[in-house]
Amino acid sequence: MTVYKGRIWLIFEDGQLMDDIDTDMIYHNKYLAITDKSQMGQYTFDNLKGYEDFAKKAQPQDIVIVGANFGSGSSRQQAVDCFDNLGVTCILANSYGAIYKRNAINSGYPILTIKELDISALSTGDIVSIDTDSGTMEKDGLVIGRTMPLSTVQKDILAAGNVFEYAKGL
Amino acid sequence: MGQTMIEKIMQQHSDEDAEPGKIIWIGIDVRSARDFGGANVVKNMNTYYPGEKVNDRSKTYFTFDCNVPANTIAYANNQHICRKYAKEQDVRVYDVDAGIGSHVMIEEGLLAPGETGVGTDSHLNILGAIGAFGQGMGDQDIAFVFKAGKTWFEVPETVRIDVEGDLPANCTARDLTLKTVGTLGTKTALGKAQEFFGPSIDKLDLSGRITLASMATEMSSIIALLQPNDLVLKECGEARGSPVQGIAPDADAVYSGNVTVDIDGLKPQISRPGKPHDVVDVETVNDVQVDSVFIGSCTNGRYEDIKAAADVVKGKRIKPGVFGSVVPATRRGYIRLMKEGVLETLMDAGFLISNPGCGGCASGQIGMTGEGQVQVSTSNRNFTGKQGAGFTYLASPETAAASALLGRIATKEEVV
Repeated sequence: MTVYKGRIWLIFEDGQLMDDIDTDMIYHNKYLAITDKSQMGQYTFDNLKGYEDFAKKAQPQDIVIVGANFGSGSSRQQAVDCFDNLGVTCILANSYGAIYKRNAINSGYPILTIKELDISALSTGDIVSIDTDSGTMEKDGLVIGRTMPLSTVQKDILAAGNVFEYAKGL
Repeated sequence: MGQTMIEKIMQQHSDEDAEPGKIIWIGIDVRSARDFGGANVVKNMNTYYPGEKVNDRSKTYFTFDCNVPANTIAYANNQHICRKYAKEQDVRVYDVDAGIGSHVMIEEGLLAPGETGVGTDSHLNILGAIGAFGQGMGDQDIAFVFKAGKTWFEVPETVRIDVEGDLPANCTARDLTLKTVGTLGTKTALGKAQEFFGPSIDKLDLSGRITLASMATEMSSIIALLQPNDLVLKECGEARGSPVQGIAPDADAVYSGNVTVDIDGLKPQISRPGKPHDVVDVETVNDVQVDSVFIGSCTNGRYEDIKAAADVVKGKRIKPGVFGSVVPATRRGYIRLMKEGVLETLMDAGFLISNPGCGGCASGQIGMTGEGQVQVSTSNRNFTGKQGAGFTYLASPETAAASALLGRIATKEEVV
């Protein structure tokens, strides 16, 4: 059983989870020449309106919750690695850009998809736990949402660590 | 049960059944990395496969197009890491003089209809223009393919897009493309393949097909596949040096959705700053003053695109105070434009001409926008902050050229 537990960030725009957050908002192209993962976290969301100071305020084990089409845009792996570098436990979105989804899955970074979520029951800073097997999200022992089941390939790569380790076992 | 184009291509490259939703392993015909992401691909190779060879050197390439030649030490370092690795591996590099990798692949015939290619370019799905499967990927994904020669894919569902009506004479493939992007937005085709049908699609030349396919990414689509017509097959065959086969969906292929885009009476289209899918008629924003114009990119950087812009400005001057730049997509395109005097026409009109590559799109190679600056660009993205601190509108080369002449957003009919 895998349970992710942490302090949540609700990334909002006009009172709703923000849609279409692209990779330039997550990790701007001016930092693309950086290849050292330990240098990436500090720039996370610094081009996302209202969340420019996210990297300073984020803490290890945090969970980031966003809207649809998260990570659309470029193919940059840095837009996944920056969250890992900050210690962010996982990302929860209504949906993901296709390349972003692959990048996260192949690098063994947990991304989860929302099936249903009562955001009125949540505020940034709340502690939430997500059980990826049952797909239930809880706050203070109450179920406040559900996540979609992980695909077999995502489960297997997460278990192996990344796609390179996963492929050794095939 | 019949198959869509993506299902057919995946089926032909796999031992498994290509059913939508199923995860299968697919052989990859062309594996590439750019200067953007390339150094990380090398880093992954050295970490996970130290001292080992790539799966097939003849199918593996580096294509530098993002920051060419490098204007930062970091990019110069990254390019040189790729060059050294390519030398060790005896892998071909299309260096900083070659142009945009996806365009080079088509021009050089590295990819033909029905084949598969991956690279660190989120617009590599542009290969859908020739009926090939192209996919942009991150650096770990690409490193894995360099070594394995194959990778896993979830076979996507396909949305059928019927474009009805004839493209009006005052509109271009870019206007058709923007109309489609505006109609579908970012969610209709999210994570799905698209197939385009209709008389105006059949008539599109390769250049127009590239424009349309290039914006599949902005519709959050995996790829927009177009059934090659005879002209495309001829051009691809000449590029490869041997005849190539076409590819078409089965008549009873199953689509997960149908969208109709009506282009009868279409007017020139433009995306407003921030969102490529925020598309309106050009005439509704023609009071907006313009400070700079960029013509180029993988969406509209072909010979035909730049020639079209030159035809609009021929014998005229861009408005004083407006900065205009032109970046041909490839070296080959640049040479043809030079030999035919097209670049001279553009320079006489006041445009700056830069060497081929991603130019105004990536890394501010030929300038970024300052705060409050308004730009009209033929590129494919105008996300906040991407091309600088200003505001970027997306439109056709004709609209961009007319806007440069008048110093405000304008259609070509306002100047010709």
